[in-house]
Amino acid sequence: MHGIDYPLLLRSMVRGMGTSLSLFGLTLAITLPLGLVISAGRMSRNPVVRNSVRAYLLIMRGTPLMLQLFFFYFGPYYIFGIRGADRFTMAVVAFGLNYAAYFAEIYRGGIESIPIGQREAAEALGLTRSQTFLKIVLPQVLKRVTPPMGNEFMTLVKDTALANVIAVSEMFDVAKKAASGSVSAAPFIVAGAFYLAMNSVVEQAFRFAERRLSYYQ
Amino acid sequence: MREILTVSGIRKSFGAHEVLCGISLTVRKGEALAIIGPSGSGKSTLLRCVTQFETIDGGAIEVDGETMVATDSSGAVRYADKSALRRIRLKVGLVFQNFNLFPHYSVLRNLMEAPVSVLKLSKSEAEARALALLSKMGLSDKSNAYPYQLSGGQQQRVSIARAMALSPEILFFDEPTSALDPELTGEVLKIIRSLADEDTTMVIVTHEMAFAREVADNVVFMDEGAIVEQGSAEALFGGATHERTRQFLTRYNR
Ligand SMILES: Nc1ncnc2c1ncn2[C@@H]1O[C@H](COP(=O)(O)OP(=O)(O)O)[C@@H](O)[C@H]1O
Ligand SMILES: [Mg+2]
Repeated sequence: MHGIDYPLLLRSMVRGMGTSLSLFGLTLAITLPLGLVISAGRMSRNPVVRNSVRAYLLIMRGTPLMLQLFFFYFGPYYIFGIRGADRFTMAVVAFGLNYAAYFAEIYRGGIESIPIGQREAAEALGLTRSQTFLKIVLPQVLKRVTPPMGNEFMTLVKDTALANVIAVSEMFDVAKKAASGSVSAAPFIVAGAFYLAMNSVVEQAFRFAERRLSYYQ
Repeated sequence: MREILTVSGIRKSFGAHEVLCGISLTVRKGEALAIIGPSGSGKSTLLRCVTQFETIDGGAIEVDGETMVATDSSGAVRYADKSALRRIRLKVGLVFQNFNLFPHYSVLRNLMEAPVSVLKLSKSEAEARALALLSKMGLSDKSNAYPYQLSGGQQQRVSIARAMALSPEILFFDEPTSALDPELTGEVLKIIRSLADEDTTMVIVTHEMAFAREVADNVVFMDEGAIVEQGSAEALFGGATHERTRQFLTRYNR
């Protein structure tokens, strides 16, 4: 049994963290706005739009994210005989489409919980529909969705580990390889500490946001 | 005095249920009209048709000389174009039963939002206007408060000020005191009374009969989607000619 090359392990783990963080950040950058658009489709008066979105939401929320990762990475090759984009890009696509579905439903819950009187009051005052949405509805929705969003953010931090199934070299993938190479649990402990640290930052950020939004009820 | 609101034979159905069966009334400048009637008689629906929250199925509505909607001889209902409807909307103020203040805005911002983003007033102009209205409502010390920090009576006074901040030609009140604890109705009625004293043109749906009698110039009694009787407040409260009106009034005067 050989000793562990700690400097090397540390370097690859830092790279893995970077990949995990990019996956997390890019997924949010895509899903936070995309979820809003999808929730609008889910509430559309057009039944074709509404039901297509419902089907999409069911598939995304009703099948394992792990399977979706496989599908997006291997699907293009098996179905069309073409090479898809690189692993990381396809992981971002899978995470984006999956998390956008959850965010869309959280947004919808928030939007539907705003009393209709708010919109009517704004309309009676002559605000346009977009002014009403941006100035009256959306700020109140953001306050209401903050707690459930906190949950989702923390889950996403941990879910980034799933990208290892298509061999994206994120934190967990690096730890797994390092652990099997060195016959040691240390890389897993480092990985666990990393996820915990990241989520404690997320938790702090949400606590701060909730405090900032507590100036009204 | 010129007519600010002319409603002619409007009809409105929800599905097969005809909620307004040909309502006609006029409100002249400076006049306060009270609408009374049992619950479910269509009073709110009438206000919602006039304030563009519901579309009508027949009849016509004119606001301040401008046609909002009319029905042609073939029975087709035609609304004015978007810009006219918008212009008309700004001439009409609406005070809701449950206030509907914007909870995430301070009292001052509630009053400034529409003047700034709809009328495009400057912030300082809108603020001056808002502060003047608040002092009129006896709420000068509440300009930085948030709605949840106010009592129901104070919230309703803010919402009256908010509607007035656009200087509408006519103000509609839909049961402005019905959501309030009895001890808070007085302060709101006092404000509406003072508006009436300044000859503000108003339509007030209310169950406060003593108040209606005192404040309104004219009164409309509605039942089952129709106007049973209308006339001056004195005539209607002093000696209603219809049995149904009399029954309704005795029920409320006990
Ligand atoms: N959006 C709606 N859909 C279906 N029915 C409605 C709607 N709004 C009101 N109604 C019905 O219309 C009738 C009149 O209601 P409303 O105008 O609220 O009466 P009021 O304000 O005099 O109590 C009631 O029977 C009510 O159930
Ligand atoms: Mg009503």
